[in-house]
Amino acid sequence: MSTPVPNLGAPHPGATSELAVSDGLIAETTEVAAAPGKKKKRGYGLTFWMATVWLVVVLICAVFANLLPVRDPLTPDVINKLALPGEAGLLGTDGLGRDTLARLVHGARVSVTISVTAVAIGMVVGGFLGIISGFFRGKTETILMTIINIILAFPALVLLLVLLAFVGRSLVVISLIVGFLSIPIYTRVARATTLAVAEREFVRASRTMGAKNSRVLAREILPNVVLPVAAFGLVAMGVVIVLEGTLAFLGLSVQQPAPTWGGMIFDGKRYLNEAPHVVLIPSIAMFLTVLSLNLVGDALRTRFDVRGSNL
Amino acid sequence: MYVLRRLPSLLATLFAVSLLTFLMTSLLPGDPALQILGAENATPEAIAAVRADLGLDDPLPVRYLHWIGDALTGDFGRSYRTNEPVSEAIIDRLPVTAEIGILAIIIALLVAIPVGMLSAYRAGTRTDKLISSTSFGLLAVPNFMVAIFLILIFAVWLGVLPATGWVNFTDNPVQNLRSALLPALSLAIAEMAVYTRLLRTDMIGTLQQDFVTMARVKGVSNRRILFRHALRPSSFSLMTVAGVQVGAIIGGSVVIETLFALPGVGRLLLEAVLVRDLLMVQGVALVIAVSYVVVNFTVDILYSYLDPRISHGRSAARV
Amino acid sequence: MTTARPLDGRGNEPLLEVDDLRTYFDTPRGVVKAVDGVSLRVDRGKTLGIVGESGSGKTVLSRSIMNLLPKNNTIREGSVRFEGRELTTMKNKEMRTIWGAEMAMILQDPMTSLNPVTKIGDQITESLGIHLGEKGKVAKAHAVDLLKSVGIPAAERRLGEYPHQLSGGMRQRVTIAIALACGPKLLVADEPTTALDVTVQRQILDLLETQQHERNMGLIIITHDLGVVAGRADEIAVMYAGRIVERAPTRELFARTRMPYTEGLLKSIPRLHQPSHTRLAAIPGRPPDLVDPGPGCPFAPRCNYAQDKCLTETPVLAPHAAGHEAACHFPVGTTAGQDALARNLAAGRTAAGTPLDSSTAIATAGAA
Ligand SMILES: Nc1ncnc2c1ncn2[C@@H]1O[C@H](COP(=O)(O)OP(=O)(O)OP(=O)(O)O)[C@@H](O)[C@H]1O
Ligand SMILES: [Mg+2]
Repeated sequence: MSTPVPNLGAPHPGATSELAVSDGLIAETTEVAAAPGKKKKRGYGLTFWMATVWLVVVLICAVFANLLPVRDPLTPDVINKLALPGEAGLLGTDGLGRDTLARLVHGARVSVTISVTAVAIGMVVGGFLGIISGFFRGKTETILMTIINIILAFPALVLLLVLLAFVGRSLVVISLIVGFLSIPIYTRVARATTLAVAEREFVRASRTMGAKNSRVLAREILPNVVLPVAAFGLVAMGVVIVLEGTLAFLGLSVQQPAPTWGGMIFDGKRYLNEAPHVVLIPSIAMFLTVLSLNLVGDALRTRFDVRGSNL
Repeated sequence: MYVLRRLPSLLATLFAVSLLTFLMTSLLPGDPALQILGAENATPEAIAAVRADLGLDDPLPVRYLHWIGDALTGDFGRSYRTNEPVSEAIIDRLPVTAEIGILAIIIALLVAIPVGMLSAYRAGTRTDKLISSTSFGLLAVPNFMVAIFLILIFAVWLGVLPATGWVNFTDNPVQNLRSALLPALSLAIAEMAVYTRLLRTDMIGTLQQDFVTMARVKGVSNRRILFRHALRPSSFSLMTVAGVQVGAIIGGSVVIETLFALPGVGRLLLEAVLVRDLLMVQGVALVIAVSYVVVNFTVDILYSYLDPRISHGRSAARV
Repeated sequence: MTTARPLDGRGNEPLLEVDDLRTYFDTPRGVVKAVDGVSLRVDRGKTLGIVGESGSGKTVLSRSIMNLLPKNNTIREGSVRFEGRELTTMKNKEMRTIWGAEMAMILQDPMTSLNPVTKIGDQITESLGIHLGEKGKVAKAHAVDLLKSVGIPAAERRLGEYPHQLSGGMRQRVTIAIALACGPKLLVADEPTTALDVTVQRQILDLLETQQHERNMGLIIITHDLGVVAGRADEIAVMYAGRIVERAPTRELFARTRMPYTEGLLKSIPRLHQPSHTRLAAIPGRPPDLVDPGPGCPFAPRCNYAQDKCLTETPVLAPHAAGHEAACHFPVGTTAGQDALARNLAAGRTAAGTPLDSSTAIATAGAA
């Protein structure tokens, strides 16, 4: 079958293309294209560092949510409900008068926990399977890839819904299921990367010189596969954050009243008319986080990519 | 013929998908009999009776054969909750999901093709940078966020389109389109970004090909080169990805239909999942997965018509 | 097409006249001087061969002449006059009336120069429609004639086929048919046979030759193999590092080679009458970097004749005989050249520090 490319934990296909530099041959344009003489330094650029800073901030919020000087995210304050930013609290309050900043900070914890766990599971298990099948090829590979292609024949969210319904939905369970479901895509990425690395001169050389498989795997393959897969993992983390938001939106994420970004957006929808900022603020937080992950992941990926072609 | 050659692998995939659907819904914890009866009626005898009735005590292979045999004749059983036949529920709701999904793809392609081509044609210029960064940014906007802001703008502020509800096409085509527009647009935005970026990359590659140079030295106009010479060879991965992205659209329809209160398959699935309506979940999941596989198969076939190298049996550069 | 021009001027005006053409690319590594001051001339019905190693700037030269290069980060100076019209300042829009109709081009690789998803017939009739206004049956009949004229059997059937259904040689014939469709006055063939196997190469070159004679067309054949143009070109220009280093009528060039680089190229043509074990004398070393070439003759590091002067002074094209020019301080076959070689032989190395082992030197001296 035409092996549909991944959907769970997979970044949008469009996110993968490198920023092609070219001159569109037929364009009769004189608009000078960003002085190609200077631009091509191998630095990361301002946006990359801004994105990194934002991600660090989110991470700090998630880890130290309890220690940070924010109000309690669960205490309602009906008198000050739907307050604008600055009126009550730095970022205003929600429909029950709960402090938005505090909820954002605590919500970051859910997003970070789920995405980090899921990506870790996917990367370790999927990465292992991918390296094995890409390195040893043969029957293992055929069987593994067939199974993976069949799992990928399901729209991800559908699979996730079905599993969640029957297994339950605590933070741990959700993280585990999302992680489990993202194994196939990592297997693919790791396998493709392994195939490319294994074709390289130094690996071929050490294999023909009779190095033990385990040694080649540990010394040559693993170090070269880990970075591209990790860079991919960053982009996939963004996908998981959106997925968690979607679940919260469907009322299937972590139980209320624990704050999550998706849940905040969902709750705020009711006050769209009177107080759009209640939706806007968590939306921006989620958008910036996903955007930053895409930016950083994409930048690292273009740098580490060893694959000549796509998956 | 190409279609016939691909048929066995289609059937194999369909079989595998049905098996997976079945296993997933059957092996998970929770006793369906308990669900059906409800806690208060669930005497051991009643449970045993229901289990026997549903064939739950048979070995798994037998249960699968029963289930798939019935499914092939269009019988997916009845909902535990409403007692409505699952197949009828699906048939009722499929058109809604199909309509907004197809509309979304059309909107996305209508925008992405010209914009992606422009971006490639003007690669490296300010126009291109604007398009590229906008589409990169849009990739980070989840569909429910898009939906909320569309509702805010078009329903709350401007009041030109309905925020919720569905009108059947047969009842009132114009109202139907109005009710489908915002949901479709919500699904289309992310697709648009994906398609644009993909087409841009492929098109830039195509424009550097020798045959484009050949067309130029023939005296062909830029417009004609873009549309007649470069578009088709640049659209192969776009097609494949558009097929794969149908998965994202189906997933998205669960959210969007819930948000806009549309009677579609996505919401049907969500509701069934929430009350653990086993047969309904099984049926809907199977229909969704099968549609997805069939869509991608169709894309594969279409692809072979677009690219004569494949239909003529030469080795194609596809994996 | 062009505005009124005195008819009398047209006859003796060259078909194509390139004057001090420079084409540089602004790249991250620096400015690549791919074409650096090339002048040449092609008359109606004549063939010019441009010969040079890979990377010497032949393709860039041909595209620069055809006005095909992208405008951004390309620096282009000098002039290209086609029937007296200056091409370098023309916009794509004006060029389009010339491309296909008056100037045509064939590219190196017939595998990639045809659109893979369009039928052969449509690719041929396209320019017929654009320049001659032919459509439908007329265009189709014309296309069949063209295919027949380039020696494609079962031409009618081929019209409905796709490029991948044709062999490499057949495809190159199709691209020739496309190039010739509107009766151009000048055809530029950029390595038209490099991608083909030897027997097919000959056929294609013969085809180009007959077509040229029939149509009284100017022809530029670009190649890295002197053998390709040896019996066919009226004049040959040898290109090295973006410059013309020697130019002469074909016989003259072979009879009285002046430039050591040309001499090296000549030796790398396999000859049938040579005993099969004769070692092919390829030119040692690699072509220079086109970014920031520095002073002196660019060929000096690889040249057996190199003297101190060659490292500091860039030689310019100087006349040696009627129509024969070479850019060399110590030309082959002159006393200056002989002395230079003798000096280097005695020293065992050239002024550029390249060791000179006697076997290569003797081979070289024998040819001179
Ligand atoms: N668009 C470009 N930007 C930068 N450098 C270029 C560009 N096009 C060509 N060059 C450089 O110009 C030089 C000449 O290239 P060109 O393709 O003309 O060589 P050639 O003589 O045709 O070689 P070959 O026999 O391999 O075709 C090369 O060093 C190449 O890298
Ligand atoms: Mg070339």
